[in-house]
Amino acid sequence: MFYVLHKFNYYKVKSLEEALDLIDKLDDYKILAGGTDLLIDMRIGRYKPRNIVDISEVKELRYIIVENNMVKIGALTRLQELLENNIVKEKLPLLYKAVYNMASWQIRVRATIGGNLCNASPAADTAPPLMVYNAELVLSSVNGDRVVSIHEFFKGPRETILSKNELLKEIRIPIENNYGYSYMKLGRRNAFTLSVVAVATLVKVKDNKFSDVRIALNSIAPTPVRAKTVEKYLIGREVSENVVEEASKLVIHDISPISDIRASAEYRRRVSKVLVHDTLLEAVKMLKR
Amino acid sequence: MRVKFVLNGKEVEVDVEPNEILLNTLRHRLGVKSVKRGCERGECGVCTVLLDDEPVYSCMLLTVQADGHRVTTIEGLYNDELYKKIISSFAEKGAIQCGFCTPGFILVAYALLKKYGKVEPETVIKAIEGNLCRCTGYKKIIEAIVNASK
Repeated sequence: MFYVLHKFNYYKVKSLEEALDLIDKLDDYKILAGGTDLLIDMRIGRYKPRNIVDISEVKELRYIIVENNMVKIGALTRLQELLENNIVKEKLPLLYKAVYNMASWQIRVRATIGGNLCNASPAADTAPPLMVYNAELVLSSVNGDRVVSIHEFFKGPRETILSKNELLKEIRIPIENNYGYSYMKLGRRNAFTLSVVAVATLVKVKDNKFSDVRIALNSIAPTPVRAKTVEKYLIGREVSENVVEEASKLVIHDISPISDIRASAEYRRRVSKVLVHDTLLEAVKMLKR
Repeated sequence: MRVKFVLNGKEVEVDVEPNEILLNTLRHRLGVKSVKRGCERGECGVCTVLLDDEPVYSCMLLTVQADGHRVTTIEGLYNDELYKKIISSFAEKGAIQCGFCTPGFILVAYALLKKYGKVEPETVIKAIEGNLCRCTGYKKIIEAIVNASK
């Protein structure tokens, strides 16, 4: 035998209702969605749950629809399904770009958007786009649903506000028009890589002034974050290279990177500035076309 | 747990603990040796199998999750025309050296050509991101897959 995972009880559920009933009663469980993070985390001993609840075949949570000017995505929609879907490509280009640059084909056919969020890695690549789109998350339990903003969802590395008996059911993303956008990810290589930092940026310009700016980054704080200081500085200011240059420097107030195997904190601070700068210019340029 | 799935066109039934990984079941219980053990963390691609028609890492899948699905390895493709075309192309273009990564690449190429028919180099480069080869430098593998799609 090769590596062996610890022993656990395995439950495969076929519906959301069945899943919610089960996790309401179970203690010490982990949800298995795509398994591409969980099985590795179990292998390295980060998690040793007594129970595994396999929701990977709950088909009712796999969908992408447009309703009330929002894109609604079922939490168990696979990353590869997002990539191959025209709604995502046309209405949510930042999410499309982020997913395009995530992992590999073998992983994307298993990994789910909900799993990427609930795993709550500081490097979660679907988070920055969803944060600039101001996505809302529908959390479900036997007591009913609640809707929270993605800005409240992450509490720390691998920690979310999900209660013990709650599941992420749906991601709701408002469709934004007339924004310039840009997504850049820096990893240690070009393909199939974890981010050293990734930045998603949306800008709106009116009378050559920034009327709305939304910037989110990952891998540079305990959770993915919005660059609030940069956004605040830019809104109302004239669109110019100097203004963008000054604004980008402020990103160090929004981030608190650590040094890890992929990069040092100092390097992350430097490249965060560069990527914020470059995404802003690219997003503005897109509006001028 | 009793798990039933279709391996290379034949139904198989195994009795496994829930913590068993599909890679182990394939190699140790079912004698499928084309599926290799590499990094065991979803990075190298040598354990790739097709689950239904999509490439997945068998090191990242519990055997119990294969229940009710089709699992295909190259052992199941020996008489397949597309497979034959791909391996001839790999041989012709010199896309094989030590051969350890080859079954994984062949399966990804097979899934890709089944899905898209004719492919450009950019599509191939994207598709093989999840497979490492430490001998060939990829160029010949990309050429081989594009060539097989013609």
